[in-house]
Amino acid sequence: MKEWRYWLNEQRGTLMGLAIFILMFAVYIFNHPAGFTPDVVQTAANKGVLLAFVAMAQTLVVLTAGIDLSVGMIFVLTNCIASYLVVGDTGETTIGIIGVLLAGMLCGAVNGALVIYGRLQPIVATIATSAIYFGLALLIRPIPGGEVNEELADFLTGSLFDVVPTSLVLLLAVVIVIWIPFRKSVLGRAAYASGSSEQAAYMSGMPIRRGKFAAYVLGGVFAGMGGLFLTFFTYTGEAAFQSGGSYTLWSIAAVVLGGVSLFGGRGSAIGAIFGAFAARTTGDMLFVFDVDPLWQPLLQGVVLMIAVSIGAIGLLRVRNRLDWFQ
Amino acid sequence: MSDMTEERLQTAARLPAFIRRIDPAVATAFGCIILLLIVGSLYSSNFLSPEYLIQQLKVASFLGVVAAGMMLVILLGHIDLSVPWVMTMGAMMACAAAGFGVSGHILAIPVGVLCGAFFGLINGFGVAYMRIPSMIVTLATNVVAQGLMVLYTGGFSPQDSAPPAIRWLATGFIIPGLPNAVIVWALVSAVMVFLYARTSYGRAIYGIGNSERAAYLSGMNTRRIVLIAFVISGALSAFAGVLVAGYASKAAQSMGDAYLLPSIAAVVLGGTSILGGKGSYLGTIAGVILITLLQSILAVMQMPEAGRQIIYGVVIIGMLLLYGRTPASR
Repeated sequence: MKEWRYWLNEQRGTLMGLAIFILMFAVYIFNHPAGFTPDVVQTAANKGVLLAFVAMAQTLVVLTAGIDLSVGMIFVLTNCIASYLVVGDTGETTIGIIGVLLAGMLCGAVNGALVIYGRLQPIVATIATSAIYFGLALLIRPIPGGEVNEELADFLTGSLFDVVPTSLVLLLAVVIVIWIPFRKSVLGRAAYASGSSEQAAYMSGMPIRRGKFAAYVLGGVFAGMGGLFLTFFTYTGEAAFQSGGSYTLWSIAAVVLGGVSLFGGRGSAIGAIFGAFAARTTGDMLFVFDVDPLWQPLLQGVVLMIAVSIGAIGLLRVRNRLDWFQ
Repeated sequence: MSDMTEERLQTAARLPAFIRRIDPAVATAFGCIILLLIVGSLYSSNFLSPEYLIQQLKVASFLGVVAAGMMLVILLGHIDLSVPWVMTMGAMMACAAAGFGVSGHILAIPVGVLCGAFFGLINGFGVAYMRIPSMIVTLATNVVAQGLMVLYTGGFSPQDSAPPAIRWLATGFIIPGLPNAVIVWALVSAVMVFLYARTSYGRAIYGIGNSERAAYLSGMNTRRIVLIAFVISGALSAFAGVLVAGYASKAAQSMGDAYLLPSIAAVVLGGTSILGGKGSYLGTIAGVILITLLQSILAVMQMPEAGRQIIYGVVIIGMLLLYGRTPASR
């Protein structure tokens, strides 16, 4: 095989995610009364970026063959923290942002420590930590409220030169500065390797524990960025149980749409970003087609079912029935 | 390492048979229950009164019915995340059926349970025949069930209240002093124990949980077995929803949200491996009682919701670290 074919094979999931997103976004834009204007793009970008950060956090954990059911609650918790810290002048705001990201990092580190060093199963460990994080969020924000540095918030949810949404630039910066270096680093490769075959990775002397731990910690940071961005978007902090739960749910959906294998080791956070935008577009789609809002959850569910079933097509290529059972 | 194991085996061999057979996880879970009862009695003197304990059992029975289905699925190495809205759907459909006169009243419970079984069928088909990870399929069917119920209710909680038969099943008494809900839970438990201990189907569940490949090669129709397990789980979730509707005397949206995580926690705290193939039903009963008592003690202590959530999470992690750890990989 030629080199580019290996590359194509590796990126297949991501490209599928991109294709789904472009298709859905095109349908959305063509039917939107205002068409392809900066305002429409900006609104879509801001809503998509929130889920994109959470989906990136989920991707990191899923790549190590785990699952993080607490991402939504880290997102809610950091939102509540940010509504206290990210205020005041430039210096205070900067310290506040660092504080929020550190809080997210700490949440991720707790999950990672429990799963890797405590040897608990990711599903149950993160179910338990999600209760703790939600409790903490409720503790610091019993009722919705708080404030945020509005200048910064307006800048980050606005657009550069009235054309490019700032949130997309921010997301791109995070991908270039954090995700790609991590992907290429030894730790990143160890995280991938432990997801595809932990035994083989161990035998080849990869630092799997550190790699997995780094993935959980970085996942916490990404979820924290999502929480921070939510604060910029809503100007308040709210310990919303429903919202945390649905972000966890849709982060998993976004990861699947973005071509990341839930068995670990395959896929990329970039795919998950496309998946997140595709998932968000489904919700907006109903708006442009003027569907009764009551139908929205059902149609979203049906779209999710169809997207998930696409993955089953691979079964037709299986030559040996034993390959059904991983 | 082998010396250690041998030594441990020898110590174990000296113990009487009935102690040797006890699963350490189940024993720890029951130990924790006793601990919780002692802690609770320090806070309130009527914590150990029979009325209070019976009331706890009644509350536990709803979670117990959900956990029975959840355990079946977890033993296979899968998970059922569609519990919340399948429960709600079961309750709402049962209440809706009761609106159709006398025959509706008779059919109310079967209709609710059948709706749950139908969603279980979709879950099972996706997992067993389409080989989609169970977490994804059940997540998607949960959203679909939610969508259907939102559409059905028009966005509001419908006012149809639970018919008398359902209310009687959840809160009435056949045997004086023992609520019917507890009897229902005991019956479900008896069926599950029989399933695991005395049927080839139960054996097959454990077999598939350990290695689906091996089970398939030894001639089991593994796909059908997985499918049936999901159908049972869906039916039991919906049945629990019907019971909760009877207890609260009406079906409400998001009534099932409070049951998903506790049911998984109860099964896992009862010593069932989340990877499947290992676990006992007695442990699940212990887990259910443990979770219910924990929630009740936190309520008795008049802990605010925030503190309740934190303690709940910390206790689950603590108990998992005590006995829910996977063996070291090297």
